[in-house]
Amino acid sequence: MAKSITLNKGLNIRLDGEAEKIFIKTEISDKYAVKPTDFIGLTPKLLVKEGDEVKAGSPLFIDKYNPEINFVSPVSGKVSEIKRGERRRILEVIIDASKEIVYNNFEKIDIEKASAQEIKTQLLKAGLWTFIIQRPYGIIANPAHTPKSIFISAFDTAPLAPDVDFVMQDDEEFLQKGINALKKLTNGVINLNVNGNYNVSKVFTHLKNVELNKIEGIHPAGNVGIQIHHIDPINKGEVVWVINPQDVVAIGRFFEKRIFDAHRIIALTGSEVIHRKYYKTIIGSSVKTILKDNVSGNNFRVISGNVLTGKKIDFEGFIGFYDTQVTVIPEGNHFEFLGWGMPGLNKFSASKTFFSWMMPSKKYKLDTNINGGHRAFVMTNQYEKVVPMDIYPQYLLKAILAEDIDKMEQLGIYEVIEEDLALCEFVCTSKIDVQEILRKGLDLVRKEMS
Amino acid sequence: MKFLRNTLDKIKPHVQKGGKFQKFRSTFDAFETFLFVPDHVTKSGSHIRDGIDLKRTMSIVVLALLPSLLFGMWNVGYQHFLSLGQTGGLFELFWYGFLQVLPIVIVSYVVGLGVEFIFAQIRGHEVNEGFLVSGMLIPLIMPVDTPLWMVAVATIFAVIIGKEVFGGTGMNIFNPALLARAFIFFAYPSKISGDFVWISGLSDSTTKAVDGFSGATPLGLAGQGQFDKIPDFWTMFIGNIPGSIGETSKIAVLIGAAILIISGIGSLRIMLSTILGGTAMIYIFNLFAANQYMEISPLVQLSMGGFLFGAVFMATEPVSASQTNTGKIIYGFLIGMIAMFIRVLNPAYPEGMMLAILMMNMFAPLIDYYVVEANIKRRLKRAKFSSIKS
Repeated sequence: MAKSITLNKGLNIRLDGEAEKIFIKTEISDKYAVKPTDFIGLTPKLLVKEGDEVKAGSPLFIDKYNPEINFVSPVSGKVSEIKRGERRRILEVIIDASKEIVYNNFEKIDIEKASAQEIKTQLLKAGLWTFIIQRPYGIIANPAHTPKSIFISAFDTAPLAPDVDFVMQDDEEFLQKGINALKKLTNGVINLNVNGNYNVSKVFTHLKNVELNKIEGIHPAGNVGIQIHHIDPINKGEVVWVINPQDVVAIGRFFEKRIFDAHRIIALTGSEVIHRKYYKTIIGSSVKTILKDNVSGNNFRVISGNVLTGKKIDFEGFIGFYDTQVTVIPEGNHFEFLGWGMPGLNKFSASKTFFSWMMPSKKYKLDTNINGGHRAFVMTNQYEKVVPMDIYPQYLLKAILAEDIDKMEQLGIYEVIEEDLALCEFVCTSKIDVQEILRKGLDLVRKEMS
Repeated sequence: MKFLRNTLDKIKPHVQKGGKFQKFRSTFDAFETFLFVPDHVTKSGSHIRDGIDLKRTMSIVVLALLPSLLFGMWNVGYQHFLSLGQTGGLFELFWYGFLQVLPIVIVSYVVGLGVEFIFAQIRGHEVNEGFLVSGMLIPLIMPVDTPLWMVAVATIFAVIIGKEVFGGTGMNIFNPALLARAFIFFAYPSKISGDFVWISGLSDSTTKAVDGFSGATPLGLAGQGQFDKIPDFWTMFIGNIPGSIGETSKIAVLIGAAILIISGIGSLRIMLSTILGGTAMIYIFNLFAANQYMEISPLVQLSMGGFLFGAVFMATEPVSASQTNTGKIIYGFLIGMIAMFIRVLNPAYPEGMMLAILMMNMFAPLIDYYVVEANIKRRLKRAKFSSIKS
């Protein structure tokens, strides 16, 4: 049964630098990378070495503990570098792309007739399985599971996030195909959640095989974890799968064309970007081609993803596997004289301790300064105000710090991943590293359970 | 500014690890971060952070306390001149009070921050901002004639026993400022009782009050059974009455409350539920009306003593209060009730607010425990329901 949900908590960080709704087809980047670090908890096992020729859809590495899961190349070309970090941990598998993309062809199957197993096998082989994320933990789904339901959040409320309606406008057909394939993988329903603040885009209104839920509210209303909590909450031992809408389209395209077509539309956002537009690019593309001569100043930070949960990358770095947004904001490595005592007209705060609260529509150019020092928990009820869930984030974090697994379970650790509590980290007076702590807790529980 | 920055940059290498003066690292950090918000950038998690920090939070609370402090200074002068049967101009009164109150403020800050700095240094921590507020609260809840050495001893007790033994700001079980007051109350009962301690200069036997001037606070009068002498509501609301330095003016307290509520730093829930709890208790007393004290109307009763000051500035201290929203309501309500209960029914303690808050500080974790337990039960119940369904 389709649901309509209104969420009253959350926070809209009014950042300057939204992308204009114009598609740009850029010159194709000549470098791409697949980063094992994009996949939480993955231990990769390489299948290629430097100098190997690959096609789009050829496996580059597999999951050591779940070898059926292939991680494939998004383009064809030559493996030019395998970048390693501390203790030889693989950071990036970099591919120099060929001029024309040559695809690996996969066998044709009919979604309507295929069994769940056949669909799984196909997706695993072609590298599209990696799009499917399981909750709890936010890791790649285990193919052996059958989830109680699948969730697709068809809107993004994060700061400067791309407009999913705009991005998806021509993809109805592939979206439906992808949904039909996913439908085979669960006994439950596929929940497709749209933004209740606006009229539903026509892309979503005619979809079959889904429950169309309307979620009304500000960030984090678009986070799938929040939506699961209100529609079909995860209890201990239960598994829900989630997938991004563009990736459902990729799955649909795969079953239609039988190739791993890794096209992805990303929004280039942030106050430091000169031309903020939507770019048609390919997963893992280097950001250099879209950022060249397109960033003002020279003291900035490039983030793959949004400002709350994204990862810092180099100017010549690569877009993360799941990201649909690149944000460039100023670095905040400067001192501010008596900053804590100033009126603060340029400071954004969820509290009303700066006079900027009197300007409710002002947009801010925020930098990466922490704006203070790390402290113990002092203020209360800050976190609860930005988390529209029946959860006590501060108690959960304290349970994690105490490494009390029973308490973590009881307090709902299965229902959250970093992005759901990212706003807590933003608003925290004591500048607690909420996301890092939460991930430690999730890792601990996962290790204990496996 | 540039000069300051350069000077700090010059000193910095010497106080860092391996430097000549590395012992003073925390002290240097405290001054540096006071002068400049540091240039630290985010390394993990959210790339941008809210503008607020603990310094900002604490300075807003201090700002909210200023009306009480300024009025308190004037009132000290006013009461002093009144006791001598004299009057003076606004500035004259204020100046007298200023000279009386300032030393207490200075002693409280210097001693308290001194202890904080020493502890931060020993532990290798940054100096926490918590005492910025405690240091202001302590003078405001003292009778003006409290000897300075007593203020110093009480402050040391409050910071060490109230806070540092538990791990510093954020870890304290009791409200540190109230502990200072409680310490004086129980350690030196003879020195700071009676009616003269509230009026500057009267503890000194050489000065004599004019005939008919008692110096008793409204609560003192009520305790002595002199109900007819209790000032009317408006006098107590404005606050030109004897009492602890900062508690007398309800207008000043309410201005502070408004600042705390608008900025989102003080908990409106706790303030309201405390007042509600107090009112509920007063109505219960009114119902029985066994003695004259029980017959006092809610408005008058609430504006006596430090009840409102405690509700706005003491009960809301986030670390020692309940931390859950539901918990806050229960916590505040009980503080209000117990404060009135002690005030009216226990002749040994003229004001119940201090003891009520300290007692509820102790029970706050228990209240939270049950609120969180309810959340856990809801989650378990949901799981059961879900397994039946499938």
